[in-house]
Amino acid sequence: MTFTAIDAWWWPYVFILVAGWLATDFWRFLGVYLGGRISEESELIVLVRCIATALVAAVIANLVIFPSGALAGTPLLLRVGAGIAGFLAYLAAGKRVIVGILVGEATLGIGLLVFS
Amino acid sequence: MMPAAMLFGGSMHDFEIAQSGGHEGRAVWFRRGARAAFSIPGLILVSAFVGFAGLARDAGLTLAETVFMTGVVWALPGKVVLVGAILAGNGLPAAAFAVALSSVRLAPMVVALTPEMRTARTPTWVLYALSHFVAVTSWVLAMDRFRHVPRPMRTSFYAGLGSTLVLGNMVVVAAVFLIAGRLPPAVSAALFFLTPMYFLTSLWGSARERAGQVAMILGLALGPVFHLLTPDFDLVAAGMVAGLAAFGIHLIGKRRHQA
Repeated sequence: MTFTAIDAWWWPYVFILVAGWLATDFWRFLGVYLGGRISEESELIVLVRCIATALVAAVIANLVIFPSGALAGTPLLLRVGAGIAGFLAYLAAGKRVIVGILVGEATLGIGLLVFS
Repeated sequence: MMPAAMLFGGSMHDFEIAQSGGHEGRAVWFRRGARAAFSIPGLILVSAFVGFAGLARDAGLTLAETVFMTGVVWALPGKVVLVGAILAGNGLPAAAFAVALSSVRLAPMVVALTPEMRTARTPTWVLYALSHFVAVTSWVLAMDRFRHVPRPMRTSFYAGLGSTLVLGNMVVVAAVFLIAGRLPPAVSAALFFLTPMYFLTSLWGSARERAGQVAMILGLALGPVFHLLTPDFDLVAAGMVAGLAAFGIHLIGKRRHQA
């Protein structure tokens, strides 16, 4: 039952609705329902945040280490180096996301100019 | 009596806006919410959606599917995980499970935001409908601006803010999708790099406690490892192992702190 398992126009939309919409709005609706019943400080919420953060981090690492498309044609070390440079710039600039993105992109761009 | 807004450091202007709220209509506050989307956090979000559009196009999704996904899922981490699961050829249950795990954090965010918008007369369906707009950027903007919005007008303000962000980024995604095929390879590479760069930084900043940052570092390290070990189940496995490990370290550190 993969994204391309059924050759019909509607199947990708069903896949997105179930694996995407249902899997996210379920939590939003639960949040409204629970209202003020759970504390943001509770240990359960800390665990939930840890797993969610680690999962997104795993996706990010895979996008950098095993990319597809145009990024796949760039050197692995350059991608990792650009990511680290952008992250360090973000920290040095007092956690400003825009600085991290610009420095990471600039490092990648300069690297591509030098290597090609 | 001194106005509350002045006591808490707000300017006189903010106080006047808050006072006049009772006389101004919902349309005014809806428009003010929509205008709040045009800000630095909103601009950064657009850059992340530019990257997402490139990612989805590259994964083989059509323009309609990508715009549809933007509207119905909205939260970017969930969408990036969904596209990652599609790329890895995961089945529907595994993909749904991975997206659900990555989106649990939306529940506590909604729990925190809802009481700020609710009055005794707010219909419940309005709160359910507005919760769909909750994602990191709109949540941060709303929590920041709500103190300048009179309580009865906050649902209208958030409706304006949320709908502008969602519809605006659906347009951005469609536009990028159309031009992405004509870009030189170096520009495409830079485009795809926007998504990881956005999350590398924003994920670190949004961590509420040290445990979140430990979880991020472990997740970055374990993602590629599990990708090689268990390609079908890599995201969930890396998320569970890294998340539980970070939580364990958090508990040990807390116990040591208390002892």
